[in-house]
Amino acid sequence: MYPVRLWSVRHAKGLNTFYRAFEKALIALHPVWNRIGYEKLEKPFETAERVTKGFLFDCQMCGQCALSSTGMSCPMNCPKSLRNGPCGGVRENGHCEVKPEMKCVWVQAWDGAARMGLKADSGSKILDVQRTVDHRLKGKSSWLRVVRIAKGLKDQAGNKPKPPAAKPGATKDLAAVSASVQAKKEGQAA
Amino acid sequence: MNDGHGHFDPAAPLPLLPGHSSGGRLERVLRLGRFAVTAELNPPDSADPRDVYERALVLSEVCDAINATDASGANCHMSSVSICSLLTRAGYAVIMQISCRDRNRIAIQGDVLGAAAMGVQNILCLTGDGVQAGDQPAAKPVFDFDSTSLLECIRTMRDKAHFLSGRKLTTPPRVFLGAAANPFAPPYEYRAVHIAKKIAAGAQFIQTQYCFDVPLLRKFMDQVREQGLHEKAFFLIGVGPLPSAKTARWMKNNVPGVHIPDAIIERMEKAKDQRAEGKQLAIDLIQEIKEIKGVSGVHVMAYRQEEFVNEIIQASGVMRNRQQRRAVEPAAST
Repeated sequence: MYPVRLWSVRHAKGLNTFYRAFEKALIALHPVWNRIGYEKLEKPFETAERVTKGFLFDCQMCGQCALSSTGMSCPMNCPKSLRNGPCGGVRENGHCEVKPEMKCVWVQAWDGAARMGLKADSGSKILDVQRTVDHRLKGKSSWLRVVRIAKGLKDQAGNKPKPPAAKPGATKDLAAVSASVQAKKEGQAA
Repeated sequence: MNDGHGHFDPAAPLPLLPGHSSGGRLERVLRLGRFAVTAELNPPDSADPRDVYERALVLSEVCDAINATDASGANCHMSSVSICSLLTRAGYAVIMQISCRDRNRIAIQGDVLGAAAMGVQNILCLTGDGVQAGDQPAAKPVFDFDSTSLLECIRTMRDKAHFLSGRKLTTPPRVFLGAAANPFAPPYEYRAVHIAKKIAAGAQFIQTQYCFDVPLLRKFMDQVREQGLHEKAFFLIGVGPLPSAKTARWMKNNVPGVHIPDAIIERMEKAKDQRAEGKQLAIDLIQEIKEIKGVSGVHVMAYRQEEFVNEIIQASGVMRNRQQRRAVEPAAST
């Protein structure tokens, strides 16, 4: 529901604190999940996630939840399903180019991330470069995926755990590169 | 350059310099610290290659690379890959635009290899306008990538020589990668941070949306410099002549992401000759923009007014310290 979705962004900080505790508990319960069997758990977890996250965030069940990296604003509600930031078409009032009646998901996301504090492991995760969506995970439980990955297991689509693609600050400094090129040229000339 | 039989191949890349990603002219110009000029070629609604060559001819006199747009505004036109095919064959330097709206990861990665094989040295990664903006609103929007994940994918292909899937490439595409920025749309305070993310994903040059609001651009460039982004990527600012006050108002209301302050529209309205005023406005903007620290060039978008680009660039004086180039006649027979 749209008003609830906006509420969730306004309460991004509290929701994130809750989720982090919840995630820890989920991971700690791995031996239990393992005994029952991850395959068997898939269906009930899916349902629980669809209901709760559907209510709070208009969750689209992409199966690879990015909410804690997107200020609790679900990026799959973006008509272009952008997972790394807003497009250039955001209207002057901060609404969506495609759906003028909706606030831009990414204007919301930055707002939520700011509320989360933009510090390590909270809001600043918004700076992580998100990889492309794995469409095989659609409809699967993202919570179980988190546990599987934390335990070094393959996820539901058979993906092995991977570090984030990149983060600002990790890029090569162009000025340094061109300076070294210049130095080499001068060296050759001499 | 030479195919061994004495024939000059205009599409052959320049030798790769140390620290360079591509063998292209644009990267060389930028890394030398020269003020660069790129321009957009409006793709024809025709199957006649002459329509492409005629437009490229007038642009080539003043620009370092020609942008081949990819169904911009979600309108159907000749595709960017095929325009690049025509232009590289004739020896032009091109920037191939890739929009994430129309093709999935399988199609795009294939196009990247094909483009590099044809001699494309520069690729601009875009999200793309929504389908509702164009002449085919009933189309299925793809958006398998977004602009940032697309950058990351092509950078991986180039630097690590494998596809997104991990499958090896025998020859990686040597391309200079670009991204778009729109400092003139909300959330203003996060636009530079967003660009930092695109740079982290692989962007080496940035081309912006039309700039008609210099104070807003200054604020953006302040943020860019604060984060040192102007040392990690080259910023080319978008400019273009407005044909009339009426068109300006229409663009403001109908083209996603275009911001034109009322003062600019008033200036256009008051002018006796609105077309001339639009040209003068573009010249004034370029002169103002080139003085902003961290700006490496301009990107001229003259929609259906390519013939003015030469005049605007000459009058702005940004090419003053460069040798006047001759127009490049297409080498391929048409």
